[in-house]
Amino acid sequence: MAQVSITVNGKVRKADVEPRLLLAHFLREELLLTGTHIGCDTSQCGACTVLVDGRSAKSCTIFAVQADGSTITTIEGLARDGQLHALQQGFWEEHGLQCGYCTPGMIMSAVNLLNDNPAPTEQQIREGISGNFCRCTGYQHIVNAVQNAAGKR
Amino acid sequence: MATTPVLPKLVGQRIKRREDPRLIQGKATYVDDIKIAGMQHLAFKRSDVAHGRITKIDVGVAQAMEGVEAVYTGAQIAAFVPPMPIGTPFPSPPHHAVATDTVRYAGEAVAVVVARDRYVARDAADAIVVSYERLPAVVDLEQAMTGKPTVIHQDFPNNLAVPLVPGGTGVGADSSVDDTAITKAFAGAEVVISQRMMNQRLAPSAIEPRGVVAHFEPGKGAMTIWSSTQNPHILRTMIAAMNGLGQDQVRAIAPEVGGGFGAKINIYGEEYVAAALSKQLGIPIKWIEDRSEAFVATTHGRDILAYVDLAAKRDGTVLGLKLRLIADVGAYNMLLTAAIPTLTMLMANACYRIPAIRVTVTEVFTNKTPTDAYRGAGRPEATYFIERAMDMLARELKMDPADVRRKNFIQPDQFPFATPMGAVYDSGDYEKAMDLALKNAKWTELKAERDAAKAKGRLVGLGLATYVEVCGLGPSSSLPTGGWEHSGVTIERDGRISATTGASPHGQGNETTFGQMLADQFGVPLEHVTILHGDTGVVKQGIGTFGSRSQAVGGTALHLAGGKVKAKMAKFAAALLEASEDDIVFENGRVFVKGAPASGKSFAEVAAYAYVPVPLPPGLEPGLSDEAFFEPANNTYPFGCHISMIEIDRETGEPTLLKLVAVDDAGNLINPLIVEGQIHGGLAQGIGQAMIEEVVYNSDGQMITGSFMDYAIPRATDFPRFELDSTVTPTPVNPLGAKGVGEAGTLGSTPCIVAAAVDALSEFGVTHIDMMLRPEKLWRIIQGGRS
Repeated sequence: MAQVSITVNGKVRKADVEPRLLLAHFLREELLLTGTHIGCDTSQCGACTVLVDGRSAKSCTIFAVQADGSTITTIEGLARDGQLHALQQGFWEEHGLQCGYCTPGMIMSAVNLLNDNPAPTEQQIREGISGNFCRCTGYQHIVNAVQNAAGKR
Repeated sequence: MATTPVLPKLVGQRIKRREDPRLIQGKATYVDDIKIAGMQHLAFKRSDVAHGRITKIDVGVAQAMEGVEAVYTGAQIAAFVPPMPIGTPFPSPPHHAVATDTVRYAGEAVAVVVARDRYVARDAADAIVVSYERLPAVVDLEQAMTGKPTVIHQDFPNNLAVPLVPGGTGVGADSSVDDTAITKAFAGAEVVISQRMMNQRLAPSAIEPRGVVAHFEPGKGAMTIWSSTQNPHILRTMIAAMNGLGQDQVRAIAPEVGGGFGAKINIYGEEYVAAALSKQLGIPIKWIEDRSEAFVATTHGRDILAYVDLAAKRDGTVLGLKLRLIADVGAYNMLLTAAIPTLTMLMANACYRIPAIRVTVTEVFTNKTPTDAYRGAGRPEATYFIERAMDMLARELKMDPADVRRKNFIQPDQFPFATPMGAVYDSGDYEKAMDLALKNAKWTELKAERDAAKAKGRLVGLGLATYVEVCGLGPSSSLPTGGWEHSGVTIERDGRISATTGASPHGQGNETTFGQMLADQFGVPLEHVTILHGDTGVVKQGIGTFGSRSQAVGGTALHLAGGKVKAKMAKFAAALLEASEDDIVFENGRVFVKGAPASGKSFAEVAAYAYVPVPLPPGLEPGLSDEAFFEPANNTYPFGCHISMIEIDRETGEPTLLKLVAVDDAGNLINPLIVEGQIHGGLAQGIGQAMIEEVVYNSDGQMITGSFMDYAIPRATDFPRFELDSTVTPTPVNPLGAKGVGEAGTLGSTPCIVAAAVDALSEFGVTHIDMMLRPEKLWRIIQGGRS
């Protein structure tokens, strides 16, 4: 077992973990932050995307021990003081989700996108979220959602 | 007098979904988010050969691992899990949840482990050693029909799961066949189009893989089972039957479900095993599917081969259609497997007046993952085959693809239209939908644009396809579960409304659409209505969500239940207001006598009176709660027209979708925003099939597309912005006039994209290309070889 100390959504979390424990499982099973989802086992689908030190990362591709000392934001940590993040609001207003399973990862990727490029073109949005699969929406309303959020910033 | 704010009518409005706040904040509960004290984890050891006899299973190492609770072989599981039932009337070979002596596809379960956590369970499953006597794998469906190289199931010679079902003109109810009409049609033909077409195998790929938590409580003798399913009531029925329990002793819950697309209709071996082991061991059991498992263990879709012959006159009038369908159903029959290709047969008439049709369906076992429903389930295949043939006819006759369709459409005054296939189309105006699509696409200008691009050497093509779909399944005669839906509506004491629906959603937004309906029906704010679903402990009865039935069937049940409660509430209000119940109006959160809103009572006051009825009006029971079953008299038949433009790179063969215009007619719409989302999603899956998706097996029966690295589901960069529009032709089948829209997008998209690819490559003399449009395939055509 290895000890890790990871700041998740503003709180320092210490735990003894198996070296092979995936960060996604650490968040879900140890911290009960089940908003981070797992949709594949080859780092393709992006449902597990979180922010690690401010950058989007697929948490199924990182061991918890690798995240030791880092600062992580998950979907649960995105809203502030009861106020939805602009992207959460955008996804809601534009019907950017159906089953909702890909949504947390999709939103976290979009957060990274807008941090890098606050006013992306449609093509840049499509490229920016191309590491995240959605099987329900055909992506059009997701693009609208990101545009909606970008317009509010 | 203070003015009461007028509540807007919500039905027909683009209302934001009420489901979303929990989903966008990570606060929803999917099955893998459920934890129960004492819960252990289930993992499956799966066959790595496609066909073989199990000679030995060594579980010694697995059993000895720290944290392992129990290990079972298939034979041990079979002692308490009977062979799995199916939902179709065809004969079926025995199918054990875990193989007992022979494996018939790579990925079939051969042993199970129960362990402390999922890592240990997986380690232990990997430590089980299985020895096989290898048998030859049957991979190609036409070869399978020869019985070579082997027969997969005893008693199913030549691997015929369903030997041959005929349908169409001249086929009697007793399956007697009279060829006169079809022979005459082809004898009189001036042109015959003949083409072999493959509608390839797909992996449904809901982003949430399957999962189950089973919790048998020995003290109660009762089972609770959570599963990522489209139909918890069917799950309850099956789990009860398989475990010797009554339906009253099983509570099935579909929590938040992360997509289904047809593949979560089937009740799977993993669900049966988890339930049986929970009962056997007396502990809660969880199983969560890995994506790698999902590719082999969750049912596939499509995989139907067609030999199409279309007879016509040179003016484009269709005289007859012959369609020989051969479906590769994989290694076993699942719940609805055998029925899916019969839906292709049912819809072979498409949108046209076709004097004579002959269809045959044959279903074949191979050493592959079983097929079952996938979005559209048999109908996209029908649309694809007929629309490809119509496109080839147009090309042969040098007619505009719209004109050849116009020549043959069923006319608006011909509905209800009984087809030779036994369907009775409820209502339609196919030409109107096509004309709107042509107008929106600017068809004439688009053709000029294509011609100009071609003149410059670019490979640009246009495609058009129309469709009619059978939805709103369906009368009870068409489903072994019954084809009705159920709803309950209760006005609570405080005037809030809680309603239940058996239409268990997995992304369709029923909490919103059904809420809109009840808010309007009772004249109350949407926030006062709660829609409950997905829990057989709460929702008394139900069938589930598939076949685009939620709104048409489930929505109607809700409407009828609401109507019953409203009628009773009007009686209480009439007593309270000393008026006739016929004059009571529900509006703006108030209940009043027509013409006198000020004299009325609040909705909550009337509700409170119904629960403390002093005095109790004569002939009334206290309370405001009722339910309704809705049994539709017929299916519904939505329709539409899709147009696409694609460009193929002359150097690489890579196709790019430049434009997709869709006009869909789903009858009356409750929430156009949600309808758009449904169509977008359907289009995405249809385009995926046309352009990039295909499950591929090698000659040993090994799937070589077993991960998202190899099986391409579309990304955001694969699509242009879709251009949607609708016509509205209500159905007379239900009082809402709603037809259903969940699958529509998968219908028109595949044939219109392939038509566009053929059009783009017309200079190479190609008339048909099988999906998917792999660049290599297109490159070979460009290089001078046919696909």
